[in-house]
This record gives sequence, structure tokens and C-alpha cells, in this order.
Amino acid sequence: MRDYRLGEPIADTRAPAGPIEDRWATRRFQAGLVNPTNRRKHRVIVVGTGLAGGSAGATLAEQGYQVVQFCFQDSPRRAHSVAAQGGINAAKNYRNDGDSVYRLFYDTVKGGDFRSRESNVYRLAELSGQIIDQAVAQGVPFAREYGGLLDTRSFGGVQVQRTFYARGQTGQQLLIGAYQALSRQIDAGNVELHPRTEMLDLVVIDGRARGIVARDLVTGEVTTHLADAVVLATGGYGNVFYLSTNAKGSNATAIWRAHKRGAHLANPCYTQIHPTCIPRSGEHQSKLTLMSESLRNDGRIWVPKRQGDTRPPGDIPEAERDYYLERMYPSFGNLVPRDIASRAAKNQCDAGYGVGPGGLGVYLDFADAIGRMGRAAVTEKYGNLFDMYERITAENPYEVPMRIYPAIHYTMGGLWVDYDLQSTIPGLFVIGEANFSDHGANRLGASALMQGLADGYFVLPTTVNDYLAGGGLTDVAPDHPVIARVEAEVAERLATLLAVRGDRTVDSFHRELGLLLWDHCGMARNETGLRKALGRIPSLRDEFWHRVLVPGTGEQLNQELEKANRVADFLEFAELMLLDAIVREESCGGHFREEHQTPDGEAQREDEHFSHVAAWEYTGDIPVLHKESLRFDYVHPAARSYT
Amino acid sequence: MKLTLRIWRQAGPDTPGRMAEYQVDGIEPDMSFLEMLDVLNGRLILDGQEPVAFDHDCREGICGSCGVVINGRAHGPEHTTTCQLHMRAFHDGDVIDVEPWRAKAFPIIKDLVVDRSAFDRIVRSGGYVTAPTGSAPDANAVPVPKADADVAFDNATCIGCGACVAACPNGSATLFTSAKVTHLNLLPQGAPERERRVLDMIETMDAEDFGGCTNSGECVAACPQGIPLASIATLNREFLRANRSAKR
Repeated sequence: MRDYRLGEPIADTRAPAGPIEDRWATRRFQAGLVNPTNRRKHRVIVVGTGLAGGSAGATLAEQGYQVVQFCFQDSPRRAHSVAAQGGINAAKNYRNDGDSVYRLFYDTVKGGDFRSRESNVYRLAELSGQIIDQAVAQGVPFAREYGGLLDTRSFGGVQVQRTFYARGQTGQQLLIGAYQALSRQIDAGNVELHPRTEMLDLVVIDGRARGIVARDLVTGEVTTHLADAVVLATGGYGNVFYLSTNAKGSNATAIWRAHKRGAHLANPCYTQIHPTCIPRSGEHQSKLTLMSESLRNDGRIWVPKRQGDTRPPGDIPEAERDYYLERMYPSFGNLVPRDIASRAAKNQCDAGYGVGPGGLGVYLDFADAIGRMGRAAVTEKYGNLFDMYERITAENPYEVPMRIYPAIHYTMGGLWVDYDLQSTIPGLFVIGEANFSDHGANRLGASALMQGLADGYFVLPTTVNDYLAGGGLTDVAPDHPVIARVEAEVAERLATLLAVRGDRTVDSFHRELGLLLWDHCGMARNETGLRKALGRIPSLRDEFWHRVLVPGTGEQLNQELEKANRVADFLEFAELMLLDAIVREESCGGHFREEHQTPDGEAQREDEHFSHVAAWEYTGDIPVLHKESLRFDYVHPAARSYT
Repeated sequence: MKLTLRIWRQAGPDTPGRMAEYQVDGIEPDMSFLEMLDVLNGRLILDGQEPVAFDHDCREGICGSCGVVINGRAHGPEHTTTCQLHMRAFHDGDVIDVEPWRAKAFPIIKDLVVDRSAFDRIVRSGGYVTAPTGSAPDANAVPVPKADADVAFDNATCIGCGACVAACPNGSATLFTSAKVTHLNLLPQGAPERERRVLDMIETMDAEDFGGCTNSGECVAACPQGIPLASIATLNREFLRANRSAKR
């Protein structure tokens, strides 16, 4: 049985030819410009106000465009970028430790397990330094040395110290920087902000993205907003697993609806499982909390050498502990990339060495660091993380080692975009975690903030300019039949959700879906399990549409309706994610297929057949797979070694 | 644990509200306060009733979305956000009152959900550094003394939850405004707009329905981020300084 069809390969990504270090400069020079006085005639919609959306909205408005911006939260300052803890990479080489743009590029391509596009990654590395400059100019209070200059630290998969940070709240500080820049533009009248408003569909007219249909979450009113270009900065789809480190509201609706309107969706099976999260405590659990990867700079990960050892950690002598990452990967030690650290933790727990309830945990121990640096220095670096751990677990990590376990954290897949960050729908741009572009099959720590801000502050302004300079945009009449049709579809769907009045809550379906995916499409996957999960989705979806219970009406603040609408999309999205995982018969980065591993259990890529991006086209019938083959002219694919 | 909850229910901004009583059972100490509300809501939905509306998002204490008054205290008995308050802070048989932020400047939208957009308007009026993208010098071009950077950071950690306003007997936003002014005015990057910033932000704050500050310090006691009272002193100093230089 074929469950997909092979389409035409993607030949052109719009990346200029020539030496990689000149490509972005070339593209910028070739890009068309819009005269400053003409920019105010163009409206650009930006959906989402995280690092990517916030920085894009502010910068496009500074350029003179009329920006119309949306977020489902009550304020742009609350987008989930706010929760990023550890830091942001930049090839500043302030440490004089051998860093360079090329090394950051190299590390990121290798870290992504050779499944990202070289041109995009090089541009990201090239822009990284300017992001730090921009943030400091905005007043972002990064950590500093006593001499007043910026401090840096290390992150996983890297042997230089290029990560800038603001204690354990780097995402919050960068987001507030972008939020304040956006606030300034709102005050200046250049941005029209719609908080508590959620995009529910994309309006495509004459083959171009021309607007969105959105619901005011307070009044329930569904309206269409028109523009000359639409930017999606709506984040990742990690919440398809129900339990993840994402915010409760994070969802895939915007990208999924755009996909159904013609935007290809790339590599949905690439999901990142973060190694250091607080283990779940019970059935009631509503989300998982990350403990920053930066903790692996100083914390040591271990399990008891004896299976099922239930002694308290303090009673286990040094000789009876297995610091397994240091043992297996001596040159990177506790700072191996996330996918490797997560799988190693799972393997230890599966083999019976795990600690804590259910044996689903490993220790992250700071005793040595406290001995070496003193407690005050540890507090200075990680204080807020230690406090958070103690609040959640009621255990004091200064005295007892933390218990950690991997959890869904980030999604490398997303809407397919070209070098200009434009999707397969002209006029629809996708930035930040919502696109697929820069991290390949595994994202290195402190790279998400870098990518979101590179896209929003520096890439998009050039490429949106180019698109709008291309012209050919005619005014869309508010009574255009496409608008009425899309609005009617949205309204009908909401009405259907409300009309079911079944006997199961939205959350019960979401939990069931999440568990199914975690079991069969989580840290390790195999064809049998994936097919089993794929077989279950249609019946689960059918059950959802017949048994879901959404109280209240659509003309009010109705949080159950919001959730139901998102879960309905997750139930469709999950099917494509599983299919993508089945079709990719190799292991790479976060996608670990048990059938494809080396004798010592490491991921085994199959470059000959899978050195490509899988871009899926929605047809309403079986999906069509378009392959964008990946070329590596600079960093040559090799087995990723961190030993 | 079995608990009695008395929760403020209000269908919309213009409808009268009331305290409604519910029993919840099977509450475990490791649940967060919001997970306890999830349990209640799951039951209400299956009973054919409307669940209690409340704002929440990250559930890890950083987005600032959540916040309710628990037994008369903003965010409840511990020094944290509502999402990070765990049920181990309560006992079997407890009666818990749950109310929205009570402040004129934060009108109720529904149940426990309030409109905090006044905070955004305060920031818009001056809580930024004018640094258009592309214009920045090298990040290390201007050293910042670590002590200043640290105080700026401490103030920049404000999550905009609104607990300070809810806790204040006057419903004042002075702690919120002072955190932003202190963050930016201490840094060399914020210096050129130092005077204008504090004057504009205070003017906006006063134009919203916030009350005045009488230094009661309730805000500091409620703040989950530990923004210090000294920031209000800094705000006052900056305000006087700006007024003096405006007169010159």
C-alpha cells in the first residue's frame, strides 16, 4: 500500500551561487527595493510576537511598512520565546578561543546531522554577531564580567564559549528587547496590534497570500484581515505530544492551515527531545519544565552502576556511580548535543539504571561544581533554575542531585521555505521555529534565539522588500468571494465543534494523542510502532469529532473551543508527522529509527537515499512528497562523532 | 486531598459576578494550583457546566499570564507565580478563595481573566531604547559596570503579571513602572532618553486608572520576581531629576 505519492523534486531554493561567504551579500544586492515613501502603502501581516515575530514586526515598521500584528496571548510580551533559558550563540570570538563565523556554521551543520541547507546556516552564523550588537543597543542586560564586557559560556555540541546569556532568562530578556522595540512602533502608529486574537486560516487569492481569517478570543468575532504579504511566526508543533516544554497555548494551527492552503510542510518528523527536563510526577501533569542545557556546563550526569539501586544518591559512593556521558564521549563529556544526551538517558533508564519514581530519571549533580566554585558562584550562574527546580519538586538541588529526564522541546520541521524564507505560496513568509530551515535534524543549544532574531531583524526585511518590489499586487475587494468562502469554512468548523456535545473533554483526546505519539514517535521509532500509531489516528480523529464536549458558545471567551480547534488540527498534523517518520528510513539527529543504528547504538544516516529535505504537499487526498536534495560543498557529511 | 473552592464567576465585563462554591477531590500535593483548577474544570465540563476561565500559558513562571488572588493574597501563600504554586502548600479540607486581580485599571473580562493592557500602554509611552535595527555599534563598544548591569537585570526580570497592582491597597502600578525605568535608566544605552522616559511613563501610568503610591510595600511582598522597593526610590529620584532638568 502506498500512502503517499512522489512529486517533482524542488530544484530552486533561490540561494545565489558563488562562494558561501558571499551569498547573502549577493542576495541583498540583487533584492529589489521599495522606495521609503512607497513602503507606507503596503500592509504586512505578522502572526506571532515571539522573538521572530516581534523582531520582524518592529523592523518592518521601522522601515515604514504598515504592520498588522497578532498574538493569542493578552500581550506580545508573553510569547513562549520568553521561556528560553540558557543563551544565544554568536561568533564574536570575544574569548579568543578560536571561534569564527565558519566554525559556528560548521558546528551547526554538523550538529544538525547534515540535514540542513548550507546557504541558510552560513547566513545564520554570519548574522549572529549583529544580533548581539542589536540586543545590547536595546538595553538587554546580558551577563557581564567585572571589567564591564560581555560574558559567555559553553553549550552542547561545541568546544568554544560563544553563548551569551542573561542568567537563566536569556529568552525573556531578548523577548522584552523585541517587545519594547515593537511597543515603540505601536506607539508611533506603525503597528496595529491585535492581542487575544488567533489566526484560523490563510486567505490565498490569485495564488498569493493576501490575508488571514482570525478570531477575536474575547468576543468570538471572526474577521478577515487583508495585506500584501503575510508572515507566520507562530512557533513549533511540540504540543502535538500534549506533554512538552511548550506553553499550553502553543499550537500548529497557523502552519497547518497554511499547509492546507498550499504551503509545503517540511520534515515534520524532526522533533527535539531535550535531555534535561524535570521528570513527570503524575497523571495530572499538564506540562513539562525544562532545566537549561547550560546546567551541563557544570553539572555532572550519572546513574548508579547497579540496576535498581534505590539508595539515596548521597549514599552511593563515587566508585559505584556511572558518569556515562563522560565515559562514552570523553571529549565532549556532559556537553554532547541534545539528541545524543537524550538517547543516552533513555538507554540507561531502559536498561534499568534509572532513578526516581518508575526509574525514569538520571542524576544531574552539582556537588563537584559547588566544591570547586563555591555555592555563591553556582547561585550567581544558575540560581533561578535551582529555585524553579525546588519549587516544582520540593527538593533542594544544592544538597540533593537534580533528577532529570528527556522531554519534547523543539521542532526542527516546519513550513518549507526558500532562502528568502518564503513558502511555496508567494507572499507567505515563515520565520523562527515555524519554518524548517536552519537546524537540520537536530538543533544545537542556544541556536533557536539566534535563528528567530536573525530571521526577524535581518533576513525578512530584505526579502519582504524584494517581494513587494516585484509588484503585481492588485487591491483585494473586501467582498471577494474567496474571503467569504474561507470565513464560512472557519465559522462552520467552530459551529461543528460546539455542536458535537459529546462525552469526552478536549484534554482527554489531546492526552491520548500525545501518549500515542510519545510511545511510537518519540525518542526511538520503528516501522511497526509508527504504522500502529498511524493506523490509530483516523479512528481517534473520528472519535474526536463525534464525542468531544465543548461547552458554551462561540460568541464569548471560550477557552475549551480554542483548545478543541487546536487539537483538531494536531489530529491531522500527527498523521503527516508519522508518515514522514515512516518514509525516512534512516536515523538522523532527533529522528532515531531503531532499524538504523551502528553496532554501538548511535544514529546511522543513509546519505545515499535520504540526504534531502522532505517537503510535503497537501492535496486533500494522499500527500505528495517533493524532495529538495541537500548539497554539501563545504562541510562534508561524516559520521557525527563526539567521542 | 479534598478541598472546597470558592471562586469568582463572572460571565462578562458588564455582568455582575459572584463567588461560587465547588468541591474537588483527589488533589495531589505535586499538582500545581492551575492543574488543580484543570481537575475542577474537567469535572465541570462533563457535568455540563462552563469551566472557570483563567489566563495561563507557559506554566513555568516566566510568561506572566497567570495570576489570581488566593485567600486574599496575589499568587497565594508562596513567593511565586500561581502556576508555580503547588498544592503541597495546602492541606486536606482547606477552603480556598480564588478571585481575579482586583484593580480598577484591570477590568474583568470573564471569571478570573482580567485586561492588563494598561501595562502595555505604559511601556509603549517610553519603556524602550530607540535603537532601530541595523544601527547598533559593536556589543562590547560600551562597557557597563557589572554592578549596574546586575541591577538592570534584576529589574528587567519583571514578568508583567500584575500582582503588584492587585496587592496594592491603591491599585498602583508604581512598582511595575519603576522596574522598567530602573532597568533602562541605569544602562548607558538608555541614557539619552532617560528624562523623557520617566516623565512619559509616569504620565501614562497616571492617565490609566491606577492609584498613587503610598509606599505600603505590599507590591514587593507579592512580586514573584523579587523586584525591590528600592526601584520605587529610583523612580522617584529619576522623576525629580527629570523635572529639574526640564525646568533648566
